[in-house]
Amino acid sequence: MANKLPAQFADLEPFADWAMPTERARYDKRLASTMDELQAFYDAAFARFEEAAEYMKKVELDGISDEDKHLLWLYCSLVTVSFPIEVWRQPRVPDSGASSFDAVLEPAI
Amino acid sequence: MAHFTKPDGSWTEHFGLDTGPVSYEDSISPEHFDLEREAIFRRTWLNVGRVEDVPKVGSYFTKELDVIGTSVVIVRSSKEDVRAFYNVCRHRGNKLVWQDYPGEETSGTCRQFTCKYHGWRYDLEGALKFVQQESEFFDLDKNDYGLMPVHCDVWEGFIFVNFDREQPTPLKEYMGKLGAGLEGYPFHEMTQVHKYRAEIGSNWKLFIDAFVEFYHAPVLHAKQAVDDESRKLQEYGYEAIAYDVDGPHGMVSSWGGMAPPKDLNMVKPIERVLRSGLFGPWDAPDVGLEELPPAVNPVRHKAWGMDSFLFFPNFMVLIWKPNWVLTYHYWPTSHNTHIFEGTCYFVPPKTAFERLGQELAVVTFKEYSLQDGNTLEATQTMLESRAVTEFPLNDQEVLLRLLHTTARKYIEDYKSKQPATPVRISAAS
Repeated sequence: MANKLPAQFADLEPFADWAMPTERARYDKRLASTMDELQAFYDAAFARFEEAAEYMKKVELDGISDEDKHLLWLYCSLVTVSFPIEVWRQPRVPDSGASSFDAVLEPAI
Repeated sequence: MAHFTKPDGSWTEHFGLDTGPVSYEDSISPEHFDLEREAIFRRTWLNVGRVEDVPKVGSYFTKELDVIGTSVVIVRSSKEDVRAFYNVCRHRGNKLVWQDYPGEETSGTCRQFTCKYHGWRYDLEGALKFVQQESEFFDLDKNDYGLMPVHCDVWEGFIFVNFDREQPTPLKEYMGKLGAGLEGYPFHEMTQVHKYRAEIGSNWKLFIDAFVEFYHAPVLHAKQAVDDESRKLQEYGYEAIAYDVDGPHGMVSSWGGMAPPKDLNMVKPIERVLRSGLFGPWDAPDVGLEELPPAVNPVRHKAWGMDSFLFFPNFMVLIWKPNWVLTYHYWPTSHNTHIFEGTCYFVPPKTAFERLGQELAVVTFKEYSLQDGNTLEATQTMLESRAVTEFPLNDQEVLLRLLHTTARKYIEDYKSKQPATPVRISAAS
């Protein structure tokens, strides 16, 4: 499977398509999603958030495994999705019109 | 009610600025913008990168500077210093360094620069080393055809260029008291870089205006806090801990109790778990700093959260209490458009959890900036209507007043040094 997660978080596999390596891709997926889709992902990922946070405190980035990398990408997407869910109540930043703000450089995980 | 002490009644008067309403004609006039290109952007030190961008001999990057209609190449020379050249071949003016698209910036490592057109080659110090079919030329002395240098210097790891045709004020001197007061800050430890870029539909000064005052924050960004917190912030309003001004540069020192917050209920659910937010990861990494340099948290206030420095004309450095840095650059493309760059610098994270905390800080910055950026387009179009021509600025907007006053002063100085338009003498009859 393309985006396999650590065994402990196998229940999040239905949302593994959120495990994407760049902020730009995560943001594009957010804009292309409905609020229901964002809410479903947020609820599932947040339910395992405390446990995943404790787990990731022990994951060294140096020599990180593919599974752990996918978990980190997935939770980077939770960061992206937290704004529409916790703040905006819509996928886009309100009043942001046509403006865009693009990552041109970001550290690879 | 005042929460922080002001000198002499107001910051604005303390820094010798007037207090009257301000005209924004300087942000809507194409003619004024043409003067700014010459008087400001051609004559001041402009930050174009960091020494980490050119880590070893032969590392280079290009920078497109629409505002002065040129492109430069910055390179680590074989003498290990950083140099800048106009990005143009001396043979027939082709752009020397570019990839695929002539207008796009590029970077890499090389031993020599080779022109794509006729294969002329230059070494890392800009000397012309090879001319294709040299014997076909007429009395060509390669010593006369090196790359055209641009003034280049480094301050605290930040690379600056200056296009002044004469010898400019040395960079260190130009950075003044505020620059000196930042020296020793461990910028070099913060090599984890996230960079964003946006095209903004406003004059370059208007975005700086938005980022050197926080009077707008409790209102424009109200939704970014939880409801109770948002209400409190609006009632409280905004007051800076302190401001400082030296020559064309200024800084604002700000409080910020969010890293970590006094009460976890003040922050959003994701921030509680990741222990991070707008002010950065709450658990600051060790950067080996025993005491902050004097310009950072200048009044050594307990509630200090971050400082914003504006180095004229278009470079801002934000230093956050939990040991990370954000820089802003505003590159004009016309009188009512510019490119904004926001770059976050962190100490490289060791664990996946630390990386995630940084991601939250970066994305929060992006969400705020998207709100700010679009508001500016709305401001620009209405300023251009000239329905209203004078605007009152308050004391918490002192740095905007400084910016516009300084920019106008550069233009007045420039104009006063130009030779008077020659009087046409008609031929004697």
